[in-house]
Amino acid sequence: MAQKVLVPCSSSSSCGKVQFSPSRVHTQAIAFGGELSQSSSRKNKSLALKAVAAKGETSAPVTAKSGHEILLFDALREGLEEEMARDPTVCVMGEDVGHYGGSYKVTKGLAEKFGDLRVLDTPICENSFTGMGIGAAMTGLRTVVEGMNMGFLLLAYNQISNNAGMLHYTSGGQFKIPVVIRGPGGVGKQLGAEHSQRLESYFQSVPGLQMVACSTPYNAKGLMKAAIRSDNPVILYEHVLLYNLKERIPDEEYVLCLEEAELVRPGKDITILTYSRMRHFVLQAAKTLVERGYDPEIIDIRSLKPFDLFTIGNSIKKTHKVLIVEECMRTGGIGASLRAAIVDNFWDFLDGRPECLSSQDVPTPYAATLEDATVVQPAQIIVKVEQMLQGLI
Amino acid sequence: MLDFPGAKAAFTSRMEFISPNAAEAVPCFRILDDLGRALDGSDIPEVDSSLAVKMYHTMVRLQTFDSIFYEAQRQGRISFYLTNIGEEALNVASAAALTKDDVVFPQYREHGVLMWRGFTLDEFANQCFSNEAGHGKGRQMPIHYGSEKLNYFTISSPIATQLPHAVGAAYGLKMDRKNACAVTYFGDGGSSEGDFHAACNFAAVLEAPVLFVCRNNGYAISTPACEQYKGDGIVVRGRGYGMTSIRVDGNDALAVFKAVSAARKLAVEQSKPVLIEAMTYRVGHHSTSDDSTKYRSGEEIAHWRSVRDPVLRFRRWLESNAWWSVEDEKELRGAARKEVISAMNQAEKKNKPPLSELFTDVYDTLPRNLLEQEATLRDTVSKNPPSLAPH
Repeated sequence: MAQKVLVPCSSSSSCGKVQFSPSRVHTQAIAFGGELSQSSSRKNKSLALKAVAAKGETSAPVTAKSGHEILLFDALREGLEEEMARDPTVCVMGEDVGHYGGSYKVTKGLAEKFGDLRVLDTPICENSFTGMGIGAAMTGLRTVVEGMNMGFLLLAYNQISNNAGMLHYTSGGQFKIPVVIRGPGGVGKQLGAEHSQRLESYFQSVPGLQMVACSTPYNAKGLMKAAIRSDNPVILYEHVLLYNLKERIPDEEYVLCLEEAELVRPGKDITILTYSRMRHFVLQAAKTLVERGYDPEIIDIRSLKPFDLFTIGNSIKKTHKVLIVEECMRTGGIGASLRAAIVDNFWDFLDGRPECLSSQDVPTPYAATLEDATVVQPAQIIVKVEQMLQGLI
Repeated sequence: MLDFPGAKAAFTSRMEFISPNAAEAVPCFRILDDLGRALDGSDIPEVDSSLAVKMYHTMVRLQTFDSIFYEAQRQGRISFYLTNIGEEALNVASAAALTKDDVVFPQYREHGVLMWRGFTLDEFANQCFSNEAGHGKGRQMPIHYGSEKLNYFTISSPIATQLPHAVGAAYGLKMDRKNACAVTYFGDGGSSEGDFHAACNFAAVLEAPVLFVCRNNGYAISTPACEQYKGDGIVVRGRGYGMTSIRVDGNDALAVFKAVSAARKLAVEQSKPVLIEAMTYRVGHHSTSDDSTKYRSGEEIAHWRSVRDPVLRFRRWLESNAWWSVEDEKELRGAARKEVISAMNQAEKKNKPPLSELFTDVYDTLPRNLLEQEATLRDTVSKNPPSLAPH
């Protein structure tokens, strides 16, 4: 299905106005690494008709499709590479990011291009290399710290909360910490409980941190660039199962706005707020819902801290119904905070309770059937939306 | 030679365990004896009279500031204080061996380093009273100083978290090829933290120009050194990380000056880390929240406070060079006391930071939720009796 995508705002600080760009309509892959199905009806018309352009003619016919196809992990890498080329103070540190190219290939080729001082392999100590990234950021570098899996960054919790989050404040504004902390998180395919953490739950309370979650190659690259350019410490949440998502993204440079949500599908019946992998589950459920005559408005919130209440509010004022679909656990997740923010700010516009579909409050089990049962599935989303729109809840 | 990836070592047919401690402890480098006299065969570093007198002035000011502000806390004028008593020589002499471009990552018992660099008594006092003139804008508890201008990074209470920061900063300095190093201080207790291990390992592996200065002052609150570690202190760990290391008498200002100067040179020229274990004694209580007579004898404290006072020891050396006199001492002590008390009174009178500084600096700009919270707070404050309103 076609979606309209937000044109990125030019500044990286919070922005109010967004526009729609119909020229950038494209299809979207769904869920587990499925390939994009691109219409290729114009493929034969893209070839040049003459070997040498005659004088006065335009040099080449318009290509069939602008932009280039890319997988999500590569889009992250592209964003990182562009920022490293643009600004010599940008550097990466983490385990196996250098010559190995990163466990998920996000830093592939960067050490060869920029040298192993700017793409630094570290010994195994998350608390230490996160602390190192913070110290380097305080002294003028812009560091990108990679956690091999987000769950391992729990070992760096002190550095992230007491130092990254706090030092700008406690130093009276003297020291800034432009660090980006990123890595794959979320529930994967039978990776076991410790490798299936949703760190956004644990870190959302820390003052001073900014958090964004990417979900498509397009927003992954744009958010990576924006996060690096931000002077605040930013946590960029990637999802372990989305790295092979393919999409066509623009050739020209673009930077997204960190504080902005993404309107994925406009609609009028209900506002569905989601992010990361759940976005794709929601879109899958939406296919069925649309067939059954419903018109959901789907927003990928992208900015987990702070919430883009402007976009979210405008939607709620239109639809009066909200469903949050998240991968966090029910207790203390992004959904819990978002529900509170919605109740506080948009109570008068709600026809009913803001609903939330979350993961179970259990450590993620290994067995596949059990694992599937701990996270929200598209079928559940369909049932919930129908219940809400039929006034059953 | 056996060439495993992990080590290239000669083989042996004799199974021989390495004993936990060497036959003798690593010797401790000193230049002056306990009475401030140069030991035979010592190589006095280049410290001329003006440098020596400046160092002494700073030590005395530090000592004076500590004793007056400790008392101020006892009187309820500030909520908390922590002294450097017994470690003045270590603080000042190590600072004097560095340049202003060297970046310092302190633990919290290194006020003398900051004082040497030029933080004024007013600035110290403003922070302790958390008034609106303090650089920290009243956000941190007393003695958690920080000065971007003086390359002294804002103190964060948790132990040893600054060690990886120093490695990160050193990495940046190396990248920029600066003629500077990172210097980080920590105590015998701090050396037990995981961050110590990883920072040392990282610095050695990454060849980062950082000085790890361990103030082994014998106590971590109530835990004596013998309950903190079983090895021969912290210096022996340097070899474990492949790092140059030295043990020095931390109460000997000249020895500290010389060792830190040499270590700095090595770090900057060869881009390598150095571990310096400075042996000293924490004369004061851990902080105003501690009464150390509960775990050590009054006699022990008195002995180190008087006979083993590093400031007195350095003074004796100055006097032996005819660079200092009894009159100078009287004048300095009187002047220092006056200046500190004046700074304290001035700081106490100043206003506390305004509400407008409660929400700033959390981020680079104020996000919507903080603007809302500030508006709500101001509303609450305006509707309530003056006692709830800040200055």
